[in-house]
Amino acid sequence: MKAALACGQHAHARWLHPGAWWIWALGLAAAASRTLNPMVLALIIAVAAVVVSARKPDAPWARSFVFFVKLGIAIIVIRVGIQILFAAALGTTTLFTLPSLALPSWMAGVRIGGTVTLESILIAFYDGLRLATIIICVGAANSLASPSRLLKSVPAALYEVGVSVVVALTFTPQLVADVTRVQSARHLRGRVTKGPRAIAGAAMPVLEGALERSVTLAAAMDSRGYGRRNTNSASQQRLSAALLIGGLVCACIGAYALVAAGSPWFLSTPMLAVGVIASLIAITWSAKSAIRSRYRPDPWWLPEWLVALSGVFAAGTFWVATWVVPFQMATPADPPTWPALPVLAVLGLAIALTPALVAPPLPEVFAVALQAEPHGNEVAA
Amino acid sequence: MIRFEDVSITYSDQPEPILRDINLLLEEGELVLVVGRTGSGKTTLLQAINGLVPHFTGGTLSGRVVVNGRDTRTHPPRELADLVGVVPQDPASAFVADTVEEELAFGMECLGLSGEVMRRRVEETLDLLGLNDLRYRPLMTLSAGQQQRVAIGAVLTSHPKVLVLDEPTSALDPGAAEEILSALQRLVHDLGMTVVMAEHRLERVVQYADRVIIVPGNAQPLLIGTPQEMMREAPIAPPVVELGRLAGWNPLPLSVRDARRVAGSLRELLVGQEPPIRVISHVDSGTPLVQAKDLTFRYGPHVALKSVSVQVHGGEVVALMGRNGAGKSTLLNAIVGLRTPTSGTIKTHGVDPISLKGVELLARVGLVPQSPGDLLEATTVAAECRAADRDARVVPGTTRELLSSLASEIRDETHPRDLSEGQRLLLALAIVLAARPPLLLLDEPTRGLDYPTKIRLVDVLRNLAPAGHAIILATHDVELAAEVATRVIVLAEGEVVADGKTAEVVVASPMFAPQVSKILAPYPWLTVSDVVNTVGPVILRSHAPTSGDAFA
Repeated sequence: MKAALACGQHAHARWLHPGAWWIWALGLAAAASRTLNPMVLALIIAVAAVVVSARKPDAPWARSFVFFVKLGIAIIVIRVGIQILFAAALGTTTLFTLPSLALPSWMAGVRIGGTVTLESILIAFYDGLRLATIIICVGAANSLASPSRLLKSVPAALYEVGVSVVVALTFTPQLVADVTRVQSARHLRGRVTKGPRAIAGAAMPVLEGALERSVTLAAAMDSRGYGRRNTNSASQQRLSAALLIGGLVCACIGAYALVAAGSPWFLSTPMLAVGVIASLIAITWSAKSAIRSRYRPDPWWLPEWLVALSGVFAAGTFWVATWVVPFQMATPADPPTWPALPVLAVLGLAIALTPALVAPPLPEVFAVALQAEPHGNEVAA
Repeated sequence: MIRFEDVSITYSDQPEPILRDINLLLEEGELVLVVGRTGSGKTTLLQAINGLVPHFTGGTLSGRVVVNGRDTRTHPPRELADLVGVVPQDPASAFVADTVEEELAFGMECLGLSGEVMRRRVEETLDLLGLNDLRYRPLMTLSAGQQQRVAIGAVLTSHPKVLVLDEPTSALDPGAAEEILSALQRLVHDLGMTVVMAEHRLERVVQYADRVIIVPGNAQPLLIGTPQEMMREAPIAPPVVELGRLAGWNPLPLSVRDARRVAGSLRELLVGQEPPIRVISHVDSGTPLVQAKDLTFRYGPHVALKSVSVQVHGGEVVALMGRNGAGKSTLLNAIVGLRTPTSGTIKTHGVDPISLKGVELLARVGLVPQSPGDLLEATTVAAECRAADRDARVVPGTTRELLSSLASEIRDETHPRDLSEGQRLLLALAIVLAARPPLLLLDEPTRGLDYPTKIRLVDVLRNLAPAGHAIILATHDVELAAEVATRVIVLAEGEVVADGKTAEVVVASPMFAPQVSKILAPYPWLTVSDVVNTVGPVILRSHAPTSGDAFA
């Protein structure tokens, strides 16, 4: 088998295909969406954190994991806060009572303050934790897979969109540098550097700079052959792009309907199928006309299969577990119960941990701290 | 290779053409240098080669431009990408990818080359330009010289027959500029590539050119010829040429080596003479205007300044030199309180500059940053001047008066963005000087300046110093330092490696010595005017090895 050979051959340092990381992370997220067991959710977060710390490259975009964790905590706090303030109390274990606000009769059903029970807090907490876990899984993919490498793997029909996104991504740090520079300049003119007046004053030069740079960049990209086409006409190109985007939208709706309970049947599997078929047609169609080639595309070898499948496997075990042991997967809040530990789900998570070992190590430059600071723009430094 | 036939170019918002009736034939394997003032149409001429003018910029082009048989009327820039490589003025603004290797491959991907070809060419280009150690580095972490090399490499991978560069060395220190130029030399000589390059820094490039095109501006006809022919009559020339013209050397030397060979008799004249001493009006020897003690700056693992101790007094003109990234800008920023030092102390006018704000700061120290346009926010020159008066709390009209003394041709209603690079610098200088700060700092003032503007700046600076101002210039321009500086400080890796009188520091250094001092070494004369002042124009002329030359 080629794949088996590849594993032996290519155990050396390289980037794992970003698609594999995303499949793995989305598998974990899908698993998280199937459970309301806080113990299991905490385990999922732990798995994501372990893999991130083992295989996270030292690049600016990879530092986002912490941000996603903070976002997750914020979500839990907000969810529980809303529950305490606005939602009607469930259960009987009263923790404390907030002064409640009498509302006019036309706002019947809305409640502010009042009794706060352990049960309702637990429900809110489990719910918030589930959403936070999904967000953290996405964060893990974000910091493991380079966004620009992922965009390099997008199909030819989406290539131009992909390049625009890459350019936008490289623009952001430059914009930040511009803001610093203009703020310094304001300081040099003895003006305020903070507050609304400073922002208004700085906006003009920063936007002007950004605009000028985008024109330069567009000229440079054009001179380097960006947008060269084969014989395919422009209208044909547009048609295939429209087909692809339409197809992807259909596929998204279908996938959502498949997961969400209570959606009409025709929105689920048929929609998904239509979407996938339309996208495939568009991709093969535009692949014929694109003359563009790819430099050192990320290969899809055994490690990619293992990483992706471990995520899918975890999602699968959770799916089965919700059928087999539904009460273990959703810890009841009323009455408050100590969460159980479903063996099947834990097994799935153990497998989902393997990418920390089977993913190839990163190229050395990214594994160690980058020594260099931007030399070119000392002013911005 | 490149043919212009009766080409006239008019931009849509202008009544007159910027270039008129150009006929030009550039051969394969030529290195052509395009010179001219800012706004004369140099960049337009360069951009017409790959069709960016008019396909991208708009405007009308009459006549035709043909590159290797392809007419730019029917071929937009992307259809010429395999033939013409264009490196824009600011390479960093044209990067598409985020690492060096991917940037090198981008153009080839657009051309649809096969994987093996791309791989091979990337490796070859990394070697050709000495970039192999940087291949995985994010582009934003590179120094200016490295970025310039990557930008050149990124177009070379498409194997173009023509390379077009807009001011490739103007932002670089002398060492990095040498590297770029030698790489270009190799492309021309080994690969037969045609290189068309615009550059203001003639002293760096004129010796490498096969032909020189002067763009006089105002749609006047181009002047084309060998460097010798063109330099004989050019109104402004690098010091080596100026000295050669004054001494009547024939053939006119373009490089230091050629000049040294014929300068023997001139050097004999200087034996026993003393070079003119730079006037340092040491007005106050009291509190130094700048007093840095063990100043250290650290950004993460990178140390920008390592325990630097410097004092600067009124009346001094200090040139701060060193590689890109040696810590020059950091030191200037520390003096105006833009950065808090990691350790050590800095006193500007006896006060910690961090605590200074508003008019307190303006009245003590002024900094003209690397891109002077950053200082400008208003929509007209007049509004900008009024704002500066308010900021500095001075009598209304002060800034405009200063500006008129520096550049009287700048009109009130002009938008600052429409000023030329040099005019913007002078406007920024007027704004900074409005509060009469005794200490004036300039970061790379001659970057992108043409010779006439540079001469004007030199005059301005020379007049400021005797008035008691202390000036600190961070600069790569060795000729500027030789012209105005009384003292040179060389920084390397954040440390002071040399600090002394201009002549003492630069004459000893192969990197920072001005052309005149290289020609006349071991005698410490730095500029053409110093030599003329010592020996007198008549004697200088009579010591020419050959006589009968009409130029004086």
